[in-house]
Amino acid sequence: MAEQQAAATVQPQSTEPMDDAAQAPQQLGAAIVITSGKGGVGKTTSTANIGAALAARGRNVCLVDADVGLRNLDVVLGLENRVKHHFLDVIEEKCALEDALVPDKRVPSMVLLPAAQTREKDDVRTADMAALIAELRKRFEYVLIDCPAGIEMGFKNAVVGAQRAIIVTTPEVSAVRDADRVVGLLPAGLEPQLIVNRLRPQLVRRGKMLSVAQVDEILRLPLLGVIPDEPEVVVATNRGEPVSLNATSRTGEAYRRAASRLEGEQVEIEDYSAEGGFFERLAAWIGGRR
Amino acid sequence: MSWLDAILRFFRPMPSGVVAKERLRLVLLSDRINLAPDIVDQLRGDLIATISRYMEIDEVGLDVTFETRENDVALLANIPIKAVRARPLPPPMTAAPPVTHDAATGAVDLAESQDEEPEAESGPVAEGESASPIEAQEVIAANVSSRRKRPKSKGSP
Amino acid sequence: MVTSGKGGVGKTTTTANLGCALARRGRKVVLVDADIGLRNLDLVLGLEKRIVFDLVEVAEGRCALRSALIKDKRFEDRLWLLPAAQTRDKQAITEEQTEAITRELAGMADYVLIDCPAGIEHGFRNAVAGAEEAIVVTTPEVSAIRDADRVVGKLGERQMPTRVIINRIRPDLVKTGDMLSVDDVCEVLALELLGVIPDDEDIIDTTNRGEPVALAEATRLGSIYAKIARRLEGETVPFTSLEPPGFLERLWGALAG
Repeated sequence: MAEQQAAATVQPQSTEPMDDAAQAPQQLGAAIVITSGKGGVGKTTSTANIGAALAARGRNVCLVDADVGLRNLDVVLGLENRVKHHFLDVIEEKCALEDALVPDKRVPSMVLLPAAQTREKDDVRTADMAALIAELRKRFEYVLIDCPAGIEMGFKNAVVGAQRAIIVTTPEVSAVRDADRVVGLLPAGLEPQLIVNRLRPQLVRRGKMLSVAQVDEILRLPLLGVIPDEPEVVVATNRGEPVSLNATSRTGEAYRRAASRLEGEQVEIEDYSAEGGFFERLAAWIGGRR
Repeated sequence: MSWLDAILRFFRPMPSGVVAKERLRLVLLSDRINLAPDIVDQLRGDLIATISRYMEIDEVGLDVTFETRENDVALLANIPIKAVRARPLPPPMTAAPPVTHDAATGAVDLAESQDEEPEAESGPVAEGESASPIEAQEVIAANVSSRRKRPKSKGSP
Repeated sequence: MVTSGKGGVGKTTTTANLGCALARRGRKVVLVDADIGLRNLDLVLGLEKRIVFDLVEVAEGRCALRSALIKDKRFEDRLWLLPAAQTRDKQAITEEQTEAITRELAGMADYVLIDCPAGIEHGFRNAVAGAEEAIVVTTPEVSAIRDADRVVGKLGERQMPTRVIINRIRPDLVKTGDMLSVDDVCEVLALELLGVIPDDEDIIDTTNRGEPVALAEATRLGSIYAKIARRLEGETVPFTSLEPPGFLERLWGALAG
């Protein structure tokens, strides 16, 4: 792997045609970077959940934690105690790729490639990252790359090697602004799609939160998913169990639908505006009667 | 986990906050250990120094690591033992680095291990409480005399 | 400096509101947005349209520090913002430059609050260069606390006095055991508590409008930030009780809209 000379600049194609022909002519998997600019909007949670949903549909999925130094994909998946090596070990040839991959506890076709916790993002050379992703694409149908917050080296390393991008934002001005910035910094050809996370329909109705339409108007990206804000996500992270594996979870359902759309299925975007708790509806009814 | 635990766990699942706290405890443990290799080295050195007081050990074959497991983080030490001392050596003096060097002639394993593991020297010295000058001298005297005795005791089976 | 490790836990909101609360008490405060490339402190304060110069331009000597400072007119002469650059990234400025600028600002004001970007690398190192004290903001969630612990470790290496603000706590979830409690968080991080801020719907709205909650001290959040400001000044102030509103209160709240 170290000998591969992937392009030094950020290009979506990461493998050289020569190498492809030399390998068995199988279909290369899709490498998708999940990014946002702003931290805390749900990149890691989305990566874990979409990955789990894809794996539950029978796909071979590798989740790559690109947040060197502040890794959390392992914790969100509940695999933190099973991490033995990380991708820098692989790049630096201290271990084989297989040794670093951590199979998920629940869905066997999903594995995690963890980040190093005690290193820095600058320790990773972009060319090495590109080569690593290229290698993963040979083995997996989907390679989901969890991008760290920011737009520096961590971001640059996460996007290199990706063919597609998912932008995650919350319906809130700072997040949307940062998402917009990031879209501008993505390499060409990634065709980003949008996930609007932590939507609270009641607040949207009361004019206290941006609506999905408003967010989409600003960012102008095709919608991949709309995920409502529910306490069950907190509980799921507490337990280290992706919510998309929970059949009765509303958030899980939203993630499963996003995964379907990722596979090209035509699934209607949820309209949460009609919902609301009893009190909201009562208040709205009373308010309407004044 | 006993069958009773299993049944109880079924009927009364642990609140996720409790689960989270325990997971956090372990993950922070693991993170903090991994982030302080110099402290781990110091610990290793201290361990060697302490165990060396009771037995001769094979420092080349020694392996001290931390292992993260499903429910805990464990300190694992594999320390090949060459011989057990008839009597444990006294603990190293905290405020007297010169003594340990001087004792290189008489002291066998203690000085050797000190030399080979510089962190071990710094460990006790840095972290130990400083004794008063008079106490220090008494202990130094005791150390030196015990080290002088050691070659004889080592000779006897 | 206001830092966290993890993004999105409320550093910027906290910096803005704490700054406002201190200014309300009559202190002269400068807020510095150190999130170069992804600036948001201006937005949260509602000052985004008044930016002329930024931190990087000051550092590069292309403008005077005073020209870059934006006065928040709601506080007469007491609250100022030094915005970040938007079209650069965190490697555009060095630690020495930040230290120099912070020192100059400290000469002009009672408080300089540096809004640190997410992470523990360049942006963090720049922000910490000028700081004398750190406030770590975290939410009661596993990932956030793990990242906060990393930051605490880094701050500890520099022997920087550090306290913690726990943000977005949901007392209802704490009660059912589905969220870590304030005690849990403090125990795990081993930090002195500076403040506890409940999850509140209004925060998002105020951010959208650029009107920090701390402007209105009579509100629950406003009073909490005011207390944090007092604690920062050295006062011992009891923590606001965060009992979740009862059934009737919520009904009333919903009816009142």
